[in-house]
Amino acid sequence: MKLTKDQVKHIAKLANLTLSDTELEKFAGQLGETLTYVEQLDAVDTKGIEPTSQVTGLLNITRPDEIATSLTEEQVLQNTKSKEKGFFKVLSVFVDND
Amino acid sequence: MDLTKLNLKQAKEGLKKKDFSSVDLTKAFLQRIKEVEPKIAAFVTVAEKEALEMAKRADGLIANGQDLPLLGVPISIKDNFSTQGIKTTASSKVLDSYIPPYDATVVSKLKDAGIVLLGKTNMDAWAHGSSTETSDYGSTKNPWNIGFLPGGSSGGAAASVAGDEVIFGIGSETAGSIRQPASWCGVVGLKPTYGRVSRYGVIAMGSSLDCPGPITKSVEDAAIILEILAGKDHFDATTSPRQTEKYSIDLNKSIRGLKIGISDDYFEGVDTQIVASVKNALKVLEGMGAEIVHIKLFEPKYAIAVYTIIQRAEVSSNLARYDGIRFGNNREAFGEEAKRRIMFGTYALSAGYYDQFYNKASKVRTVIIEDFKKAFQKVDVIIAPTSPSTALPLGSSKNHPMFGEMADVLVEPSSIAGLPGINVPCGFSKEGLPIGMQIIGSQFSESKILNVAYQYEQATDWKEQKPKL
Repeated sequence: MKLTKDQVKHIAKLANLTLSDTELEKFAGQLGETLTYVEQLDAVDTKGIEPTSQVTGLLNITRPDEIATSLTEEQVLQNTKSKEKGFFKVLSVFVDND
Repeated sequence: MDLTKLNLKQAKEGLKKKDFSSVDLTKAFLQRIKEVEPKIAAFVTVAEKEALEMAKRADGLIANGQDLPLLGVPISIKDNFSTQGIKTTASSKVLDSYIPPYDATVVSKLKDAGIVLLGKTNMDAWAHGSSTETSDYGSTKNPWNIGFLPGGSSGGAAASVAGDEVIFGIGSETAGSIRQPASWCGVVGLKPTYGRVSRYGVIAMGSSLDCPGPITKSVEDAAIILEILAGKDHFDATTSPRQTEKYSIDLNKSIRGLKIGISDDYFEGVDTQIVASVKNALKVLEGMGAEIVHIKLFEPKYAIAVYTIIQRAEVSSNLARYDGIRFGNNREAFGEEAKRRIMFGTYALSAGYYDQFYNKASKVRTVIIEDFKKAFQKVDVIIAPTSPSTALPLGSSKNHPMFGEMADVLVEPSSIAGLPGINVPCGFSKEGLPIGMQIIGSQFSESKILNVAYQYEQATDWKEQKPKL
């Protein structure tokens, strides 16, 4: 099973990744190989079987919502390259940034 | 006395008896790091200044009669654990200059126990791989032969322990990333039950699978460290509320009458020298009164498929947070392996495919869990080779889109089921490369697998051998 270059381009867009033409080609083949491998699972009968996501069976874990010491503004912003007046500065959402 | 050869227990005794100070010990390791790092490249960051400060503080506490379980003990931590004030990259250029403002829970527990942090160890970038070759900072080399890989993703951690650069290392495993490098480097590696040790502050790979754990020079050391790391953490809702145990207390228990399960599928396609070593180890355990029981486990090949889907789906979701805005570089900085996994995961989770892939894999996951539950009704532990091969030559992972998943075929089923497992050295190949076997137990049976591992270790002397660096 090989994916088309357009399919790979679409997935890259969903994943917010910019891929070069060489990468698009390469991944089309490799993603296909991996898909073929995982299709082996079709041979396992899972009728009536519930999926598992939490292996030790924990359910509805809660804790009291209490105020505790948190990071300072300075600490929170210490790693950003883009800040203004104590906030993270992000690209505008409602205009086309391209 | 060469201080760098000491294990945790020996170092603790020496510090307590004041044979040497923590500063002496730390300096000895920093010197050793200077000597061997050019050959094995186990570290991304060596924090010399901070380490000496921590050692001085430890010596002050020792002088005041303080007794903490790891007081003054120099260690390494894998570079995907957040360490306050010390660069944490997960071996990816995306986090090239990231300085965490807080400590992972594991790190704060270790600091509370008195450690000296020598530095952060290399890994496959984001823990994606079983070789350290996907690291953006170059591959680590196997201390037993620097033309070979250390395994991964905790390859730097395992190499730092095998190369006597530290007393012990902290690694993390999603499926194999502690046990496989431990086996390739000839050291002990313990992957606890999922949720036994907190994931808070560990750079996430597959959140339903990730487990921090120790890589050590002896089984007893692993037990002592687990006692410090284990327990519920309100910062990680998946940690178990179950009571922790005194994991080192049962080490000496007799294994007479213990039932050890072996499954033929786990010996198929495995290097014949490894098969022979593990079978010899089983004879040693039989000689101590254990009983070998043949069982049939679900074929490991399905576990590879389940693991590939679940892990890559969770990777794509976890790595979505790296936007280069709040910290780190932007998404252009992802390496090829990370991109490949994000792409596959995004595909598997995208509209119309969720049922076919993630949901199907999660159902087969249930089948695998049930299969192990049935097996543990008949046996106490399961023993198998840890890896199908000994360390592979540098370059082996290149151009193999599923190298990591394939290399970890024998550890994936137990990881998917959240089971604890430990790698114990059990021999050497003709080429002088270490061989390891794994002991797997049911969920929360760490005391039992440590007991079996310890009994085997005491009956053999593999750990006396050291690489010549």
